[in-house]
Amino acid sequence: MFDYSMADMGNIMVMQGFSGLSMFTVLLLMALGLAIIFGQMGVINMAHGEFMTIGAYTTVMLSKVAATYGFVNYYFLVAIVLAFILAFALGYFVEYIMIRHLYKRPLDTLLATWGLSLVMQQAFRSSFGAKEVSAELPEWMLGSFKPTPDIDIPINGVFVMVLALLVTAGVYMFMYRSRWGLRVRATVQNRVMAGAVGINTKKVDRITFALGCGIAGIAGAAFTTIASTGPTTGTLYIVDSFMVVVFGGAASLMGTIASAFGIAQAQSILQFFMTSSMGKVSTLLVIVGILMMKPEGLFASKLRK
Amino acid sequence: MSTLNRRSFMKASGALVGALLAAGLMTTNAFAADFPTDKVMTTGLAVTDTTVKVGILHSATGTMAISETGSIQAEKLAIEQINAMGGILGRKIEVIQEDGGSDWPTFAEKAKKLLASDKVAAVMGCWTSASRKAALPVFEKENGLLFYPTFYEGLEQSKNVFYTGQEATQQILAGLDWIAKEKKAKTFYLIGSDYIWPRTSMKIARKHIEKNLKGSVVGEEYIALGDTQFGSVINKIKLKKPDVIYAAVVGGSNVAWFKQLNAAGLNSAKQTMLTISVTEDEVLGIGGENLAGFYSAMKYFQSQTNPENVKFVAAFKKKYGKDAVIGDVTQAAYLGPWLYKAAVERAGSFDVDKVQAALPGYVFKDAPEGSVTVEKNHHLTTKLRIGQWGKDGQAKVVYTSGYIKPDPFPKGYQ
Repeated sequence: MFDYSMADMGNIMVMQGFSGLSMFTVLLLMALGLAIIFGQMGVINMAHGEFMTIGAYTTVMLSKVAATYGFVNYYFLVAIVLAFILAFALGYFVEYIMIRHLYKRPLDTLLATWGLSLVMQQAFRSSFGAKEVSAELPEWMLGSFKPTPDIDIPINGVFVMVLALLVTAGVYMFMYRSRWGLRVRATVQNRVMAGAVGINTKKVDRITFALGCGIAGIAGAAFTTIASTGPTTGTLYIVDSFMVVVFGGAASLMGTIASAFGIAQAQSILQFFMTSSMGKVSTLLVIVGILMMKPEGLFASKLRK
Repeated sequence: MSTLNRRSFMKASGALVGALLAAGLMTTNAFAADFPTDKVMTTGLAVTDTTVKVGILHSATGTMAISETGSIQAEKLAIEQINAMGGILGRKIEVIQEDGGSDWPTFAEKAKKLLASDKVAAVMGCWTSASRKAALPVFEKENGLLFYPTFYEGLEQSKNVFYTGQEATQQILAGLDWIAKEKKAKTFYLIGSDYIWPRTSMKIARKHIEKNLKGSVVGEEYIALGDTQFGSVINKIKLKKPDVIYAAVVGGSNVAWFKQLNAAGLNSAKQTMLTISVTEDEVLGIGGENLAGFYSAMKYFQSQTNPENVKFVAAFKKKYGKDAVIGDVTQAAYLGPWLYKAAVERAGSFDVDKVQAALPGYVFKDAPEGSVTVEKNHHLTTKLRIGQWGKDGQAKVVYTSGYIKPDPFPKGYQ
């Protein structure tokens, strides 16, 4: 360990710090949509990953169009908006035909959404083919940013980071600073009372669910910069998403952020000093340990039982 | 030789006309009547006077559909071409396709169905080692015949299986020799996905690097399947500065690995990498720009210019569209039906025992990859090629080895 120069070690520490932050923002973006759906509504949405995949395919398809018409440099911002709209619309529809009938049977939503995820995977496979595809990235998103010759900060990492922060801020504003958020929180806390004071709780449910799906779409679009897109891409993300939300304490936005940060840093540091799979195993063990002591997660909402 | 009678004269002239019409493309076109069914098949297989049933058993759905689709396409193309030439012993091949659904027990179940109730004469199929291991007991019990296309970790040999891909030593040793010589590489960083094939391959690679190349392994790393975060691993590599990264990362992780490697500034100008898990199929997902300049060790690349391959690529694209690509395993899958045809014709019989006995020793000269020989251990003697990837997603072959005999149970590497 000591045959490296101090400069080397310094550079690696900077890059390692960044890779931890980058993993944090990836986890955060994954979990945000789920935090709304699972955290606020209590719906276990196993098809969350597939809503990300919708966003990813939207980006890939748009990149093909962009390559043909020569606007590769700008399409990505359009793709993010479009990914949100498509995932939102589908979420709205799914809530209407399926989820709303199952609010009183939370375990059945698990099965139903799992079935939905299989249907969606096969639909992707039939329409886009079984092979993994990749979006053509704009020139400015490739390569790395070099503050010194020996430090490389990946630009796509920075991009995901900025996007995650914007989306988080957006969700925060929506939930805690808008009338809609107020209605959502009121419905979560006491559905009957919320209905009694004139809130259309069914509409609130639908919008909330669709919003969670829409954010998943944004996440999917963003992840085309770091990974590929295939029919089963969503399954890669679903476990991590649930882990972040459950560990953070289901009903709390702060909890999701803190938990994403904690998991990412632990994993990133452990993976540097151990082998990659051992790092992951150790992180999971720590999470299991903490959840055994604090079953409600890091930031449990204070409820009188 | 028998005397020239009317019948054989007709046959000879018929064959001559056929050969002329097909501009010499056709080989001997046997008439089914010369091979009565009760002579060529005595074990209850689905062989009639005009047809022979052959199974295709791959995943058309589920995670592995990504990889196995190419194999299905290649096998169907080969069968179509064989049928256009008149089939096997005058019998057209009828395909029964079953879906393994990326689920290993399903492979065993469907293999049982194909062999026991459909009575297929042979099966082209399986892709992952796990699916092959699941189906193998069925093939051995029912005495079926399996043509398996994937390059794999070796350590297996069954009389019921012909392995048309490379086993580990064929793919690994010559490639490492080349990179050690060509790039004066001394230090290696091994990285692979965490399952049996990469682990076995890396074990062989490490022994070879340390014992025969007098180099050193400065890091060995396995990534959980599906993991897409490589930041820490890449930083470790940057700290160790290996001469060569030797990679066997698969699936969705593969794409993330190359994208993040590039984004972290480790492109081919700065880092030499040799991988054993990237074929033209994977490049579609990874993107040529992320791979440009890195090397793959495979027995086949689509860009090979030998006439057999040019013909094969043209036929494949004609059937599956101009954007279709052909990876190493796809080509190996294409060999399966042709080898089966040759074996049956050498045996003069569809009976599995006779076919098994007849195939070893056969030299398939017209394989797209170039001539291959079926060995007694049911693997193929092939060449190894090193391809350097270009931005267009095609590899330039920069090195071709001599013929390498298969050695599924390598001594000193276990």
